[in-house]
Amino acid sequence: MIKGTGDMMSKIILTPKEQPQVPLEVDTILPDTLAGKTIDEIKSMNILYGNTEVELQEFFDVEGESGEDPSELQIEFNGDVYNTKRIGQGMTTGEIVVKGNASMYVGAKMKGGKITVEGDVAGWAGQNMQGGEIVVMGNAGDYLGSAYRGDWRGMSGGKITVHGNAGREIAEYMLGGKIHIIGNVKMLPGIHMNGGILIIDGNVISRTGGEMKGGTIIVNGRIGEFLPGFEYLGVRKDIDVDGEVMQGLFYKFRGDFATKGADGVVYTATAKNAHIVP
Amino acid sequence: MEYIIKNGMVYDPLNNIDGEKMDICIRDGKIVESVGESAEVVDASGKIVMAGGVEPHTHIAGPKVNVGRMMRPEDSEKDVEAKSGDRRSGSGFSVPSTFMTGYRYTEMGYTTAMEAAMPPLIARHVHEELVDTPILDKGAYPLLGNNWFVMEYLKNGEVEECAAYIAWLMRATKGYAIKVVNPCGTEAWGWGGNVHGINDPAPKFGITGAEMIKGLVEANEMIGLPHSVHLHCNDLGHPGNYETTLASFDIAKNIKASPKYGERDISLYGTHVQFHSYGGTSWRDFESEAPAIADYLNKNDHIAIDVGQITLDETTTMTADGPMEFDLYTLTGFKWANCDVELETGSGVVPFIYSSKNPVHSTQWAIGMELFLLTKDPGKIMMTTDHPNAGPFTRYPRIIAWLMSSKYRNDLIENELHAWAQKRSSIATIDREYSLYDIAQVTRATAARVLGLSETKGHLGVGADADVAIYSFNPETQDASSDYMTIEAVFRMADHVFKDGEIVVKNGELVKPRIDGRTYWVNCHFNEELEKNVISDVKKKFKQYYTVNFENYEIGDGYMRRSAPIEIK
Repeated sequence: MIKGTGDMMSKIILTPKEQPQVPLEVDTILPDTLAGKTIDEIKSMNILYGNTEVELQEFFDVEGESGEDPSELQIEFNGDVYNTKRIGQGMTTGEIVVKGNASMYVGAKMKGGKITVEGDVAGWAGQNMQGGEIVVMGNAGDYLGSAYRGDWRGMSGGKITVHGNAGREIAEYMLGGKIHIIGNVKMLPGIHMNGGILIIDGNVISRTGGEMKGGTIIVNGRIGEFLPGFEYLGVRKDIDVDGEVMQGLFYKFRGDFATKGADGVVYTATAKNAHIVP
Repeated sequence: MEYIIKNGMVYDPLNNIDGEKMDICIRDGKIVESVGESAEVVDASGKIVMAGGVEPHTHIAGPKVNVGRMMRPEDSEKDVEAKSGDRRSGSGFSVPSTFMTGYRYTEMGYTTAMEAAMPPLIARHVHEELVDTPILDKGAYPLLGNNWFVMEYLKNGEVEECAAYIAWLMRATKGYAIKVVNPCGTEAWGWGGNVHGINDPAPKFGITGAEMIKGLVEANEMIGLPHSVHLHCNDLGHPGNYETTLASFDIAKNIKASPKYGERDISLYGTHVQFHSYGGTSWRDFESEAPAIADYLNKNDHIAIDVGQITLDETTTMTADGPMEFDLYTLTGFKWANCDVELETGSGVVPFIYSSKNPVHSTQWAIGMELFLLTKDPGKIMMTTDHPNAGPFTRYPRIIAWLMSSKYRNDLIENELHAWAQKRSSIATIDREYSLYDIAQVTRATAARVLGLSETKGHLGVGADADVAIYSFNPETQDASSDYMTIEAVFRMADHVFKDGEIVVKNGELVKPRIDGRTYWVNCHFNEELEKNVISDVKKKFKQYYTVNFENYEIGDGYMRRSAPIEIK
């Protein structure tokens, strides 16, 4: 049996009634916790509405059928949940699909399984993520795949793909795993990055890899303004990134020497970036 | 309200009671001889009864503690408590918020805790936080080891003037004891340096650490303060620093303790001595010299110490030893906060991760344990983690279990710690285990005595404050050496705790989170004529150097809910 094909899975559908002005937090609603429960039990599970605990059914219609095995369970948020936070936070297995937009902390501290958001996600998606996969079909906010505020140990594993654009300071303090942005990003992607891979197909406004000490950033688009703390190492062709060959010509840099012991790598496509080469 | 705690096994070293089955009577907040028939009975049969714990050295309130909270949201996130009933919400694993600090000490059966480092200029902030630290009785030690007035007086040999200044400062800041941190070193840090050992003079002032310690100990005994000078030695955390430590201790050897309040018999208190018991010349040949320190303690009666036991956690270091924190920052590369407090002191804050896999940290753990186990008289040693520097105070139950079970220690040494713990210290050869009497000594009795509070604290004799802890462990049927996990659990959450004769913890649950503890401070009257001269001198310096007016320096009574002055005349 192939996992994650959809057909084999049992499925719980949560249809939002309304999105209140005060945000909801649903880190209790995971394949891990729904497995083995009846629909009635799921309806009365607690979620947070501001600082108040309410039952899931107060804000969602619950249908479908759960199963015993969380890895074979899909939770579908069937609509726009733009003011619902912490979807899939801490999940270890199974699948979550959001049919609209989602608020902050999608897949924070996630260890396994898969989350697909068909719309946009707000800030902090994949914060301190350790494993699993997040796919965002729309845009992502700031601090995608970053560390918790104050922490210097960020995302350590898993994969995040954003088909649209992403915000500021993504992959902050990243240690491992992979982030792929198909669109453009704002300032400071890979700030304080210590490991892992960040691929940006679009353009970066400025300051790629600020104070990075390790890891690899690949920018296929244009970097508006580059930092002075990077050493230029020359042009490379068809680079190998974690076993995958990326075709084309790239400028290679090492840095950011604003910090001690810096050994991060930035590749930028030669086509649009002649202006940042010394 | 009257209570009688019946049939408990009482451990009360100050009254030489070692596991005797007896009743404790309580009336109007005090321990009394007997109570009437209507007294409420608390059945303690098959349980341990001790006086409320007394914490002689912790960092729970004030500017650097709050910097620790602010710069470490990731520490707050690790440990969060929601509001429940009268109990307020809080957060923080290594630097808990004030309310949580009060609750957690109380849950462990502690009822008194001393904030060990109060910058005089920022004393107001310390008292503001102490007011919001519920249940506990508390006090704070003003930092004087790098104070310009003190350095000048002592450089000129004016010990009496220095004493008069300190007497005023204790009143002005509502302070309890003289704290000395890396004497002259923090002043040198103001110039980007440090001092090395006790004979290295501070820049500009030209006075040495040794002269500062001697002068302050003399001034302390001249005033007759309840506690001795509370010394954080020079060279903290440096390999080979044990010689500095022993030389510092020796300075007070021939100075007689003369408190005008309490029963203190020591003239010097050495704090977090684990950090000061290191041999070797670098981190490569680093080794324990705890046996040399313990030997000194065994042979001398003028000194008592607290340990500063490493608990092998991720924690937050914070101290007035500014240059040491800079060293830690360069060692770890972690975030660092630094502060200079005008004419008085400085401070630094850096997160730290003590790991059992690290050779140095494993040895540090062993050194703390050696100090506990090689010092023969537990009347000379106190349990601390220098919270949160060596670990959070919430690990005290684990330290108690380590001390009571050589099996627990050996499991750790053999299975988890780096081999250096065995190679660079003697810990693996020590099979001593603390008794419950010893535990009562190092967590209550010794601290109460050396703080000068043993009239009312640290014991269960008639006349003591009715601060009592009951723990669900039956020494007649249970063996702490093999059942160490139970010991750890029962000391984390006491069965019952009384504070001033009220039940605050009942059946393992904090039921009265909203009561206030006392603030102890010393109302010193030394030499009023001399003090007038000294204050006019101080006022001139205020105009010249301070950013605040003299009139705004003093802390009013409004900053204490239960002011408890100790009169010294």
